[in-house]
Amino acid sequence: MQKSIHLKKSEIIVEKILLLSAVAAIFIIALIAVFVIISGWPVLQKTGFFNFVFGTTWDPTHGIYGILPMVVGSILVTLGALVLGIPFGVAGAIFMAEIAPPKAAKLIRPAIELLAGIPSVVYGFYGLAVIVPLIRNHFGGTGFSILAGSLILAIMILPTILNLSETALRAVPSEYKDGSYALGANYWQTIKWISLPVARSGIITGVVLGMSRAIGETMAVIMVTGNVTRIPGTLFDPIRTLTGNIVMEMGYASGEHQQALFATGIILFIFIMILNLIVQFGAKGRWQK
Amino acid sequence: MKAAARLEEKIAKLLLWLFAICTLLVLFSIIAHILINGISRLSWDFITQEPKRMGKEGGIFSIIIGTIYLTVAGIVLATPIGVGAAIYLTEYVKKGRLVQIIRFATEALAAVPSIIFGLFGFVLFVITLKMGWSILSGALTLAFMVLPTIIRAAEEGIKTVPDSYREGSLALGATKWYTIRKVVLPSALPGIATGVILGIGRAIGETAAVILTAGSSLGLPTSILEPTRTLSVHLYILASEGISTKNAYASATVLIIVIIIINFLANSLMGKLAGRTNQSH
Repeated sequence: MQKSIHLKKSEIIVEKILLLSAVAAIFIIALIAVFVIISGWPVLQKTGFFNFVFGTTWDPTHGIYGILPMVVGSILVTLGALVLGIPFGVAGAIFMAEIAPPKAAKLIRPAIELLAGIPSVVYGFYGLAVIVPLIRNHFGGTGFSILAGSLILAIMILPTILNLSETALRAVPSEYKDGSYALGANYWQTIKWISLPVARSGIITGVVLGMSRAIGETMAVIMVTGNVTRIPGTLFDPIRTLTGNIVMEMGYASGEHQQALFATGIILFIFIMILNLIVQFGAKGRWQK
Repeated sequence: MKAAARLEEKIAKLLLWLFAICTLLVLFSIIAHILINGISRLSWDFITQEPKRMGKEGGIFSIIIGTIYLTVAGIVLATPIGVGAAIYLTEYVKKGRLVQIIRFATEALAAVPSIIFGLFGFVLFVITLKMGWSILSGALTLAFMVLPTIIRAAEEGIKTVPDSYREGSLALGATKWYTIRKVVLPSALPGIATGVILGIGRAIGETAAVILTAGSSLGLPTSILEPTRTLSVHLYILASEGISTKNAYASATVLIIVIIIINFLANSLMGKLAGRTNQSH
């Protein structure tokens, strides 16, 4: 009797410890939000949220903090990455889910996993060594550009888009497809009119996650975009992203300048959390009317 | 009409094949480019010698040691919490408001960019808790970063353990925790190990968060309160400051080889897990 009571007590203690581990994630995300916001708040308050986000001049030595060039830079490289990454990602997903012979699938799946596992700094290095000179030689300029950033990011977000789209396509009930074949539709018509529309929600989730990864990506982007704080005119102009702004200046910034970098982090955090909310609520099927 | 449809199908299939082949070519060209340029520089000396002249000459010995310290410390901190969370979410409470919030937070944590982890680690560990740029600050930051990876993989692993195992153990009079410890966890080990290995991969490849929390100084660290430089950070500095392209290629080659090994290990473990699931059905 004594023993079983003792056992029960230890069972309860164990459950409490496990509960603590489970709520750690909540605790950590709150901690991150609080610390980053507190550290950047003074500058946001002094400059004003609107002036900070839409100010076109970034001049820390004179205490002028406007991050519009970086906001524009982040948005442009991300859009570029999506334009290049979505067709390849979705096509790859259709290929893997619908038409790949088992042998080809066996070769491609580990390749995609490897693509996802390669560190971003290696992509950045490849971009610096290969893509930047390529752009410089073919299109002029320094080669450090929106285009270089978009190309590298497109490769990096491809696995995200592909994997989620493939999962969504595989989840399409085979009865739907059988029905389509029975009506005389061919393979491609079935993919186009049945599988893709049904899998839409999963594909959009993949795209939004890819977008989130592209906006948050740091090392690969700073190595190939030139990091100039100016609003670009063409695809071949250099830009600086929000993430780049933080890494480039964190090493030597202090005081108000450092707070301004944290404030940049707040804006980035807001972007990511909006995308994350879209994914988490979208994933529950709200894309489908 | 039918002929047009057939033609469209042919073109679509052709295009899909082209897209798939292009994707493969891109991957192979990246890896081939780095390995071809890096492998000739790679040698026993490169691995075992100290870097000289900021990495322009010499090897990467202390950098490998620093990377191992930081990664091991981060994983050791994250694994118990991650596995504990996975056990709670699969064996104790599977539904309800709290679980929803936990899942939301885990997903959100997985979406936070590494640079934000870096800012956070910098202000909390380096400045507020006065740990300075150190292996400890870096490891704590990395632990937070890899937590979602470990939770997810451990959950997947635990879910593949058939209920009959649990019922058998409980029927023999074992308590819930005893059952989890002696029956569920051993069977879920491949899943947990996969999470740990993927976490190691993520930690080794991380750069932005590590630069801001563990610093980038060269030299063999003697305690966890000293700063260090990891291989990814070393590659970034060599390449972006134009110190040595040759050594940058060699460092990138080491990174890619490590990642290939990690992916291979994770895949073969997942294969084991999948094999068992098939048997139990």
